[in-house]
Amino acid sequence: MSAPLDLLEADSDRLLVAVTRLLTEKGILSHADIAEQIASSDAANPALGAAMVARAWTDPDYRALMLRDGTAAAEAMGIAMHGKPPLGVLENTADTHHLVCCTLCSCYPKAILGYPPFWFKSAAFRTRAVRDPRGVLADWGTVLPDSVKLRVVDSTADYRRMVLPLRPAGTEGWDAARLAALVREGDMIGVTIPSA
Amino acid sequence: MIAPGTEVKVKLDWPELRGPCHIRTPHYLRGAKGVVERHLGRFANPEDLAFMRPAAILNLYHVRFAVAELWPDGHANDSVVVELFEPWLETA
Amino acid sequence: METTSPPRAHHDMGGISKFMCETVDIAPHELTDFDRQVDAIRSLLGGKGLMSADHLRRGIEAIPEETYHRLSYYQRWMRSIVDQVITAGVITEAELRAALEQG
Repeated sequence: MSAPLDLLEADSDRLLVAVTRLLTEKGILSHADIAEQIASSDAANPALGAAMVARAWTDPDYRALMLRDGTAAAEAMGIAMHGKPPLGVLENTADTHHLVCCTLCSCYPKAILGYPPFWFKSAAFRTRAVRDPRGVLADWGTVLPDSVKLRVVDSTADYRRMVLPLRPAGTEGWDAARLAALVREGDMIGVTIPSA
Repeated sequence: MIAPGTEVKVKLDWPELRGPCHIRTPHYLRGAKGVVERHLGRFANPEDLAFMRPAAILNLYHVRFAVAELWPDGHANDSVVVELFEPWLETA
Repeated sequence: METTSPPRAHHDMGGISKFMCETVDIAPHELTDFDRQVDAIRSLLGGKGLMSADHLRRGIEAIPEETYHRLSYYQRWMRSIVDQVITAGVITEAELRAALEQG
């Protein structure tokens, strides 16, 4: 049994109003619940991930934790992960660079980075990431030497993934806060590389 | 359990031909050869969860494929690493 | 190993020729109130055990190809939410029709 086509094809805005009204009238959710959920989702943003990255760059034990158990590493930074999909962290090295994608839909580490950006969900990104990842990186002006291995990680199942980028040169002695300010959303998906 | 380092082949199967389904094995991997990198844990089969059917708990693996083997224009140093459920993987 | 034959579901987009020549639009695009509300409702339904990510994906994948590409990301979600809440009996067809008529 599936919903009838005429209902599925009704105007999206009208469907949202109607479904919201029915769910609230039935006591399944309240307007306060909706507002609270929106606020919670809005609060997640790339700065959370940047803080994790900066801490990993300055604290070897935390780095090891992040690579071994991303979920625990997020929780250690105060990010609530209960009921959320497990987090997998991909380590960039001098000879290996990672790119995260989801060709089937748009699985993204929302709890750590916030809502996925438009480009991550786009047909062009989802299609090209697994077949021409260097071409995709070029859309951001990012160029990897041919000798660097590029691993594209297609999020097809239960994990959500982020990249632990290489710490940029010229940042010796910087504290975590200063380092975190260098780390952008794209760096943690692998389309860009942070620099000082 | 499939050990890390084991060469596998993704089943050349198309459930899409047999009716409504929910498959998390991308089309571009059907019939492709790869290497298991690690066991990721055990998770309920999304193919059944999606239709509110009882779902078996299955082994999930990270499997690596060379992009150059998937497409003729692939870069020699690029690979794709994908989470795949055990029933989709054939060992020699 | 791209296949040009029908077995590929249209949401299964890795490496397909259709979009290989398209540049990624890297500009930021703000979420609308509609987007945020749809996202929130799905999360809340998920928390109540009424609609999981698996249900969401299945409903999106069931959208016919032309419609799939025409709808925005969160319009696809809205359609999937309707599909799931009716299929699971959370809301009846009659109730939804009546609510739509009320406007």
